[in-house]
Amino acid sequence: MAMEPMIGLEVHVQLATESKMFCACSTKFGAEPNSNVCPSCLGLPGSLPVPNRKAVEYVIRTGAALNCSVADHCRFARKNYFYPDLTKNFQISQYDEPLTYNGYIDLKVNGEPVRIRIRRAHLEEDTGKNLHLASGSTLVEYNRGGIPLMEIVTEPDFTTAEQCREYLTQLRLILRCIGVSTANMDEGAMRAEPTVNLNDRATGEATPKVEIKNLNSIRSVYEAVKYEISRQRKAVAEGREGELFQQTRRWDESNGVTALMRRKETSDDYMYFPEPDLVPLEPDPAWVESIVSSCPELPAARCERFCTEYAIPEYDATVLTESRELADYFEDACKAFEGAAKTVSNWVMGDLTSLLHEAGVSIAQSPVSCERLAELLKLIDENVISGKIAKDVLAKMFESGKSAAEIVKEEGLEQISDTSALESVIDEVIAENPGPVEDVRGGKQQAIGFLVGQVMRKTQGQANPGMVNEMLSRKVKGEG
Amino acid sequence: MPDVARDVVEHVSTLARLALSSEEIDRLQHEMGRILEHADKLQAVNTDAIQGTSHVIPMINVYREDQVGESLTPEEVVANAPDSADEFFKVPRTVEE
Repeated sequence: MAMEPMIGLEVHVQLATESKMFCACSTKFGAEPNSNVCPSCLGLPGSLPVPNRKAVEYVIRTGAALNCSVADHCRFARKNYFYPDLTKNFQISQYDEPLTYNGYIDLKVNGEPVRIRIRRAHLEEDTGKNLHLASGSTLVEYNRGGIPLMEIVTEPDFTTAEQCREYLTQLRLILRCIGVSTANMDEGAMRAEPTVNLNDRATGEATPKVEIKNLNSIRSVYEAVKYEISRQRKAVAEGREGELFQQTRRWDESNGVTALMRRKETSDDYMYFPEPDLVPLEPDPAWVESIVSSCPELPAARCERFCTEYAIPEYDATVLTESRELADYFEDACKAFEGAAKTVSNWVMGDLTSLLHEAGVSIAQSPVSCERLAELLKLIDENVISGKIAKDVLAKMFESGKSAAEIVKEEGLEQISDTSALESVIDEVIAENPGPVEDVRGGKQQAIGFLVGQVMRKTQGQANPGMVNEMLSRKVKGEG
Repeated sequence: MPDVARDVVEHVSTLARLALSSEEIDRLQHEMGRILEHADKLQAVNTDAIQGTSHVIPMINVYREDQVGESLTPEEVVANAPDSADEFFKVPRTVEE
C-alpha cells in the first residue's frame, strides 16, 4: 500500500487591533488579570456585540494576500460548547458563510514549487484563559476573551513536515508584512494545529485523522508533524493500523513525542446557528477594492525581485525581506547610495543589524537613517575613509546621531591617499622589517600582507589599503 | 412525526449537559417529537426563492471603530461570581476533554 501523508493546517491569528472584536476593551498583552473585561465580553444580560471594522478589514486584507475571494454577504454564527474559557457558553464565529474563502499560497520547498489551497479565512473571537491549580480548582480570566481572532484553514494539501514549516514561515511573514498581527507564536498571537493522516490516493484507503495541539513554535509544528507521520507509518508497516484511531494528540516538547490527549469518537457537534445579535456583513465593493489594491508587495515576491533587481544573493534577499521595514530600509539606502547594492546589504545585515540588536531597537527606530548610511558608504567608495574605519564611524553615528562626514572631520579620520604622506611611512616599515622584505623579494607574496598591516598600524588604519599595497610592492621590488 | 429516537435525546442532553433519568428520556422522546411536528409545518411552505433570514430587521454592516473605551475593574468583573480568587474567577476543575 503506497501511503502518503496528508496534512491540513488550521492557524489562529490574533489580529493587531487596539480594541476587542465586539466591544471597546483593550487587547493589550500582559495586563492585570480581568482588567480588560466589560459587560459585553463578560456576556452579561443586556449587553450587545458590535463588530470592530478594523478586524473585518484585516481579514479581508489577509484574504487578498492569500488569493481568496471576499464574500459579498456573510454572517456570524454561534458555536456552542460548555467550557469555562467562554463567558457565554458560545463563541461568536463564522460557519457556513466565511468572510473570505477559496484562496491559495505558492511555496517553494527544497527548490520545488508547491501550491497549498486555502479553504477559508474567517473571523471569530478569542477565548479566555484557564489556569489549572494543583489544588484541584481552575482559575479563569477573560482579558484574552473577545480579542479578534482570524482562523485560516488550508485544504489537506501538505505531504511533508517541511512544507508545513515553509507555509507557516511564509504565512507569518505575510501577516507581519500586511500589518494584521504580530504573529508571535510564543505569545500565542499565532497558533497552529495540524491534522495528520496517511492516505493512499489510488485506493482511498486512509488512517484515522489525528489533530495535534500544544504547538508554540514553527519548529515544534515541524517536529510534531514529522513524529506523527513516522508513528502512523510504523503502525501501518507493522500491520498494527487497527490500533490507530481518530484522536487529538498533544505535542510533548521535552520528550519530542506526541501523546494521546483525547479520543474523538464522534465528530464535534457545536450546534452552530446564526448569531441573532449581529446583522449580516455585506462589505462595500469599493471598500474591498481599496483594501485589496493597497496590499503591499508580499515577502516572497519582494525576495525574488531583490535577487533580480539588485543582483544580491538569495540569502541576502531572504534575510532582508524578513521584515517590511528592513526591506524598505535596504531599498531606500540603495536609492540614496547609488553604488553596489551588495555593499548596502552587507552593511545592513552586518554592522547595522548588530548595532540595532545590541541596542535592542528595531530598524524602524534606527538612529542611523538610510540616507545617513548611504553617505557613509559613499565616503568608502570615494576613498575618503577605509572600510575598517567606517565600522567605527558607523558605531559613532549610531551613538551620537551625527553624520558620517561630521565624525570623520571631527576625528580626522580621512584616509591617507596622499602619496607623499604614505611614502615616508612605507619607507619606515621597509627599514624596520628586513626579514619580510627579503621574503617578498624571494617570491613569498603573502609576506606583503604583513608589511601592509604594519603600515595600517602606523597610520591608525587611515592609510588607503589599495594604495599601500601597490606602493609597497613597487618599493620592495625596487621599482619605485 | 413519530417520537424522537432515544439516542438522539441522549445526544442532545449530553451536549446540553443535562443529566436525564430514563423516565425523563421517555417523556422527552414524545414531547420533542410533538415540538418537531409543530415546526414541521414550515416545511409545507415553498421557500426556494427566499434567502435564509437570521435577522428580521433589514439592516447590514453595523460596525464600531477600533477605539479603546472603558472596562470594568477586576473587582467589578468578579463581583457576581459564586467563587473567586484574587482577580480570577474560580471554578471546579475542568480537565480538557
